[in-house]
Amino acid sequence: MGKLWSLFFVFSAVIAVALCWFAPDWNWWFPGDGKAHSTLGGKIDDLFHLILIIVAVTFIGTQAALGYVLWRGATIKPEEKALFSHGSHSLEVIWTIVPSAVLLFIALYQLDVWAQFRIKGAIRDSHGKMVRPEPVAELTARQFEWRIRYPAKGKPLQPQPQPDDIYSVNELHIPSGRPVEVTLRTDDVQHAIFIPELRIKQDAVASLKIPVWFDALENRDYEMLCAELCGWGHYKMKAKVVARSDADFDAWKEQASAEQFDDGFRKPAEAK
Amino acid sequence: MSTLHPSIEHADHVDHGGHGHGHHELSFIQKYVFSTDHKVIGLQFLFTTLIMLMVGGALALGVRWQLARPWEYMPIFGDLTFASDGGQISPEAYTMLFTMHATVMIFLVIIPILAGAFGNFLIPLQIGADDMAFPVLNMLSYWFMWPAIACFACALGLAPNWLNETFLQLGMEKLVVRGGLIAGAANGWTSYPLLSALEQASPSSGAAQTWWLIAVTFVGVSSMMGSVNYMTTIINMRAPGMTLFRMPLTIWSMFITAILQAFALPVLTAAGFMLVADRMLGFCFFIPSGVVVNNAAPTVGGGQPLLWQHLFWFYSHPAVYIMLLPAMGMVSDMLACMCRKPVFGYKPMVYSMAAIAGLGFIVWGHHMFTSGMNPALGMTFMVATIMIALPSAIKVFNWIGTIWGGRVQFNTVMLNCVAFVSLFIVGGLSGIFMAAVPVDIYIHDTYFIVAHFHYVLFGATLFGVFGAIQFWFPKMWGRMMNETVGKIHFVLTFIGFNCTFFPMHLLGIAGMPRRYADPYHFPYLEHLLPLNQFMTGAAILMGFAQFLLLGNFVLSIFFGPKCGRNPWNANGLEWSAPSPPGHGNFDVPPVVYHGPYEYSSPVSGDKDFLMQTEYVPLAQRKVHTGH
Repeated sequence: MGKLWSLFFVFSAVIAVALCWFAPDWNWWFPGDGKAHSTLGGKIDDLFHLILIIVAVTFIGTQAALGYVLWRGATIKPEEKALFSHGSHSLEVIWTIVPSAVLLFIALYQLDVWAQFRIKGAIRDSHGKMVRPEPVAELTARQFEWRIRYPAKGKPLQPQPQPDDIYSVNELHIPSGRPVEVTLRTDDVQHAIFIPELRIKQDAVASLKIPVWFDALENRDYEMLCAELCGWGHYKMKAKVVARSDADFDAWKEQASAEQFDDGFRKPAEAK
Repeated sequence: MSTLHPSIEHADHVDHGGHGHGHHELSFIQKYVFSTDHKVIGLQFLFTTLIMLMVGGALALGVRWQLARPWEYMPIFGDLTFASDGGQISPEAYTMLFTMHATVMIFLVIIPILAGAFGNFLIPLQIGADDMAFPVLNMLSYWFMWPAIACFACALGLAPNWLNETFLQLGMEKLVVRGGLIAGAANGWTSYPLLSALEQASPSSGAAQTWWLIAVTFVGVSSMMGSVNYMTTIINMRAPGMTLFRMPLTIWSMFITAILQAFALPVLTAAGFMLVADRMLGFCFFIPSGVVVNNAAPTVGGGQPLLWQHLFWFYSHPAVYIMLLPAMGMVSDMLACMCRKPVFGYKPMVYSMAAIAGLGFIVWGHHMFTSGMNPALGMTFMVATIMIALPSAIKVFNWIGTIWGGRVQFNTVMLNCVAFVSLFIVGGLSGIFMAAVPVDIYIHDTYFIVAHFHYVLFGATLFGVFGAIQFWFPKMWGRMMNETVGKIHFVLTFIGFNCTFFPMHLLGIAGMPRRYADPYHFPYLEHLLPLNQFMTGAAILMGFAQFLLLGNFVLSIFFGPKCGRNPWNANGLEWSAPSPPGHGNFDVPPVVYHGPYEYSSPVSGDKDFLMQTEYVPLAQRKVHTGH
């Protein structure tokens, strides 16, 4: 019976590993096409996979050891006494130093990714050049929608709303292929932007204006959602990020501006 | 006080306190209701928390139902609880469900079942004291749970009409929850302001939130009383010979937990009062100026919502270890006994727990990597957080080392302990992903986090508790629990648990956010519905399996086979007392001669255990150790 139980625990660990192994094929892995669509997202994924390998090795090792000691414990003869041991100093030293070296490596290895992402004020673009992200929009969350303010074409984003600013709701337009900065605010309670395919997440906190730096590598739409509980309608803060080439982005701005400032008044000749 | 080599005569002269041997008759109420006996209080905690476990589980099944069959009619529970919505879970109800699930499980199950139930029951028995240092304080610690439970019920909108009428007559309409369950507290167990600070922010942010905060304060008072008592008892009331390094790891873990409680809890209590002050008295600790919520007047402000997160997590991160360390200690005890072998590396185990507790105080910021806190601060928190994995790893290695070479008894206790180790490995390793800040950016507030903490709090702690219930049940009642039912319960729970929670890692990697009433509202999550339905099925299986535990527990009290003092052939002092121990615990005042884990020692002769109270003459010791 004891052997069966040992196998039971080993079996559950094997299933766990198998599930993770096949999960990407079964589409239970990273969303969309599974790739990160931002430079930083790529680094996050690399880091994730590095940790996954370390963790997988540790998991398999410890579960195998657990299965082994259980199996051994099950096969001990009835007349035999258990091993009388209070431990081993050298083993303790080994399994203190080795994990701490691995953990320290993980900790230090990723500092730079984080520093680029949030601290240095300049991030590497897809060509490896350090670029200061350009502020493109102010994103204001509220229960339960996103309001976005852009400067007029060719103008920089001002901290205060300007008469010629362009507004959109639940659609964040950004130029693709280069780092941009979006200022994150909230009108009421806490919210957080989460753009899964770009691996971006940042809370919006009342009283703070938080710059978020990222780039979108492709010209396409990305889903955006809220990741901080903001009330009963938290789940329905559905929005999208529209990443387009510079030309298309400018064209959109012109069009949006024209629509926004159109008062419907036409000269009789044009109206007919 | 304890000395290393107490003489046998010493034992007879030990004064075991005044109240322990009180032979006056106690009334029923004094004996079983307002009892000052640590064992009765421990059992009161145990019964209460087991009932709350079922309540919390039912709330969780509500959450799971919505994730498997969004917006569909929920059988049985739907009619009972959400009849006004046609038996369907509304978004408000959904947010209430996960909030109260977490609240009940954390504040009314995990913390009190470890510290309250097992702490109370085991501490005096395992250190050889006849009761706690402060028996009345101990009684109050239990009875302060009830105002907490009552306030949580009010937070759920379950206050009776007469109470609401009274509040209205007294002019305290701010305490009346209108709308029943659907207006129940629903701002997450973290209750971040401003959602929780401004009553206009959501239907649940009114009176329900105030009641929730008051309830948490009561739980805090209860825990604090326990904590002070445990520290005093463990420091002052050990039996002769019970030196610090002869204490069972259970006692070490309770001691360290008590210290954590004592230093972390006041911060939460203070924060709770600050938030109540913000809500009721017009203070603005957490409310900045000019915030307009739901077209209400702009706030006056001057405060900072992030302050709450710092204060809350300054308690709640150490609290995670409060919810884990005692289980670690108890599992170490049980593993040694069931493997008939000393704990591998006793002192490293103690030092690791101390390290976890110490580091536990400087890692709270890892809950706030995406919060808008100064990002440079995130780096220090990340390094501390990653390093806290080290003592946890050492403990895992030592548990495996304990089983290694043991004569393993594959009973329910052992199986639950192995499940503890096996599942704690998963929970510990998944923690490394989120400790890494850049990765956490992506998985923060997704189901990956949900998977992680369920592996630690349910996978580790609760399986440890299941084992502990089975293990110490004979001492509680003088009878054994049923092994077969215990094993069936274990297998169903283990399978149900893994099938429910392991896929959550994958949901998290797929980017499914937590606290979403309807994730399938987003196209990129639609394909996860079948997986969620599978998980819900497993959760229902696991939920109903708990009736086996309850049934086994209750029926065994009356019909279990009777057992003697030491059915497991264990070493601890508690097994030298009668089962169940009478008032004052020990009929023979215990004197301690060994550490608690001298299983299979060569000096114990034919037996494979050596009780802490058993004196081995020097000559015999020399013969067997070859000196």
